Amino acid sequence: MKARVFVTLKPSVFDPQGRTVLEALHSLGHAKVGDVRQGKYFELDLNVESAAEGEALANEVSRAVLANPVIESFRLELAPEAKADRS
Amino acid sequence: MKFAVVVFPGSNCDHDAYHAAKHVFGQECEFVWHKDTSLGGADVVILPGGFSYGDYLRTGAIARFSPIMTAVREFAEAGKPVIGICNGFQILMECGLLPGAMLRNRDVQFHCEHVNIRVEQTDTPFTRRAATGQVLRVPIAHGEGNFYAAPEVIAALEDQRRVIFRYVTPHGEVVDAANPNGSVHNIAGICNEGRNVVGLMPHPERAVELVTGSADGRVMFESVIQNGF
Repeated sequence: MKARVFVTLKPSVFDPQGRTVLEALHSLGHAKVGDVRQGKYFELDLNVESAAEGEALANEVSRAVLANPVIESFRLELAPEAKADRS
Repeated sequence: MKFAVVVFPGSNCDHDAYHAAKHVFGQECEFVWHKDTSLGGADVVILPGGFSYGDYLRTGAIARFSPIMTAVREFAEAGKPVIGICNGFQILMECGLLPGAMLRNRDVQFHCEHVNIRVEQTDTPFTRRAATGQVLRVPIAHGEGNFYAAPEVIAALEDQRRVIFRYVTPHGEVVDAANPNGSVHNIAGICNEGRNVVGLMPHPERAVELVTGSADGRVMFESVIQNGF
């Protein structure tokens, strides 16, 4: 199964990259863009027997490795089959 | 005094630290590969700067799982002196021996320059020979040195006098213009509760001979050597 992991800086944490991208968008004339927060996206292919096992594994690697809980939070999306991604 | 310099894949200040300890200060010094499990009877451990594991995921994020880190943790928990410089500081935060985390520099630029830091506390193994308020001119070289911790963690660090270095003007003033990366409270270095583990972004090991532009980092080596840990 596939897991998608979205890692983002916590709302209270200043995001220098997001701010820089925002300034670039404004300088390109996109004045209506109010804010930008930049993050990381991971796709994990999990060789697991069940959805529950996959969710537990994705949670574990996200918490222990992919995200730093001091500054980041993460959100998981679990997809039993990868077919939709191949379309 | 025997120094151990831990070498991770991607460390690039390991030889600077070795040179300082061995050749400039005449101490015993050995490199310890990150896959080793023993620090070889060292009295002081240096986690050097660099880009361990390429920093691809996050600075220090993978290095903290290296086999040697179990020995480093035991060494630190025994109260022995550990210093993390730049990437070494980032590794100490990732593994939880020091609080906080590094964000990208606020201007998203890599800063490679000499800065001034003020010694805030002298009751650590690495600052005992310095004077409180002493200003050291030392180099920095980092893209992610913007120290962040939650407000209650910062308050605890300040209350417990665990901010060891701050970015300042040459005259020792804490102003925003002297802050190269946006670190909260101009924090350049901190210590743990036991005060034996110190992390800082600047590179004292690159400031031990005048030929490199400053010898102000010498006092940190002299502190740990002459206090006989």
